[in-house]
Amino acid sequence: MSDFAIQTESLVRRFGDFDAVNGVDLQVEKGEIYGFLGPNGAGKSTTVRVLCTLLAPSGGRATVAGFDVAKRPGDVRLRIGAALQEAALDPKQTGRELLRLQGRLYGLPKQAMPARIIELGELIDLTDALDRPIGTYSGGMKRRLDLAAALVHNPEILFLDEPTTGLDPVSRAAVWSEVRRLNEQLGMTIFLTTQYLEEADELCGRVGIIDRGRIVAEGTPDALKHSVGADVIIARVAGDAAHLGPVIMALPGIQSVEAHGTELIIAADNGSAAISPVAVALNESGAAVRELTLRTPTLDDVFLELTRTHIERADTTETDR
Amino acid sequence: MSTTDAGASPTDRAKTSSDSLRARPAGFAHDVASIAGRALRGVPRDLEAVTPPIFIALFFFIVNIATLERVTQSGASGFDYTAFQMPTAILLGVTGVSRAPALVLDVQNGYLDRLLMTPIRRLAILLGHMVADVTVAMALTLPILGLGFALGVRFETGVLGVVAFILLAALWSLTFAGFGYAIALKTGNPAAVNSTFLLFFPFLFLTTSYVPRSQLSGWLDTVASFNPATYLLEGFRSLVSSGWAWDDLGKAMLAIAVLGSISMTMCFGALRGRTKRR
Repeated sequence: MSDFAIQTESLVRRFGDFDAVNGVDLQVEKGEIYGFLGPNGAGKSTTVRVLCTLLAPSGGRATVAGFDVAKRPGDVRLRIGAALQEAALDPKQTGRELLRLQGRLYGLPKQAMPARIIELGELIDLTDALDRPIGTYSGGMKRRLDLAAALVHNPEILFLDEPTTGLDPVSRAAVWSEVRRLNEQLGMTIFLTTQYLEEADELCGRVGIIDRGRIVAEGTPDALKHSVGADVIIARVAGDAAHLGPVIMALPGIQSVEAHGTELIIAADNGSAAISPVAVALNESGAAVRELTLRTPTLDDVFLELTRTHIERADTTETDR
Repeated sequence: MSTTDAGASPTDRAKTSSDSLRARPAGFAHDVASIAGRALRGVPRDLEAVTPPIFIALFFFIVNIATLERVTQSGASGFDYTAFQMPTAILLGVTGVSRAPALVLDVQNGYLDRLLMTPIRRLAILLGHMVADVTVAMALTLPILGLGFALGVRFETGVLGVVAFILLAALWSLTFAGFGYAIALKTGNPAAVNSTFLLFFPFLFLTTSYVPRSQLSGWLDTVASFNPATYLLEGFRSLVSSGWAWDDLGKAMLAIAVLGSISMTMCFGALRGRTKRR
């Protein structure tokens, strides 16, 4: 049995000649929220479908909750819950019927289901709508019901495939809040795919970025952000800024200073720590500071850097041939 | 999501009262019953799936009797055309009625994937639908039988014959449903499933639907001799008019078995293809 909640080794999933997943190695700790980022068609959903036992691996190996997805899919299914990209619901059932059937299929005791459905209804704030046909639900309600259906049996590991795509900001924040609670209070391992970098930054302890079926970067959001560059302080002053460069460069923790007209672009190891000394130094130099902003790299920068690099490299290779 | 309740959050309550709930395999019979229950609950919500067949069956039952009764009864004394037409009406009512259109929607909207991620046995998904189909088919025979009784039809085989008649109709319906499920699972396309009604015509009209076999001539008689529906109709009619004619009943069962073995092979093969995680 693996000590990891999810582990893959050189996982491959092929459709004809196309490798949708091409040698993915993952190690997700128990109790972790792991974010899986990537552009459309990168292989995120295919990886999730393999891990959820809907697709068999074409190569490599994957274990979920300690069980091989190819050899022991039944054991995996008992331990996972999943809300896939499209809410998988029957529009003619009511929410209550859907949750009750889920409970029956997971072998939960019949007498426990009424209370469980009430709990889940409260959890997703759909108690009043549970007896309505699902076809009458809004997109956000369907997403939340889909999440509840994935949680009926208290899974050890929850897969969420783009859980907030198409949701309004309020519903998105609510989903984030519940994901955090499920992780913190129930200790659930959560494997989350998303296109929203902010979502990964907000929720995930670690993030893997997949592009063209391969993991191109992995780490904590902070580590990934720092991997693409330093924090940047932008100072706009009255008049030419060129003479201020050496003054700022002399400060500790400053990597580089570039002057462009009235603007100074200052790269620093730790922007938050450096911004105050920069302001003081500018003031002592007699500069009239009009604007001082700190910009730290975001996961967007990481994502763009990595995927653009990849594409450019591929293009170069193509040209070289 | 509710966070406004006083005291413990919903997740807190979920943790305290449901923490002990753990998934386990529910058992094959339980899985079949669960799927059948869902499929049956769906029938009143999909009345358009069962209303037209029963309307068509009752309509043609009455119209055919009014159109052909005098012609057919004039040639043979004691021939009861109403009793003769009732099995035809039953076939019109139950042939092609199934939950296959609902299953194809499950394929399309991803609900089948949700089922496949549970510990359910794959076979139970199809068998559950089929249990529902048999139940629906038996229910659909009742209004047709009721109309037949109202028009004076009596069973030579008594109450047991009526039961056998209903079971035979349900088995035939299931046999035909197999084609619908095969297409649903193979294609995942509702239009393709709807096209199974094309199969309906040769089976129901190139046979003794309107006149006895002795009145068929030429190519139609030859074709009818290869049509399983011919033997099914003879089995039905024997229960109504002749008593327990085991030869006719045996042929009817054989016809169902032959056609059923083809349709079931196709639909269970399609299920395997749909769920094998290629």
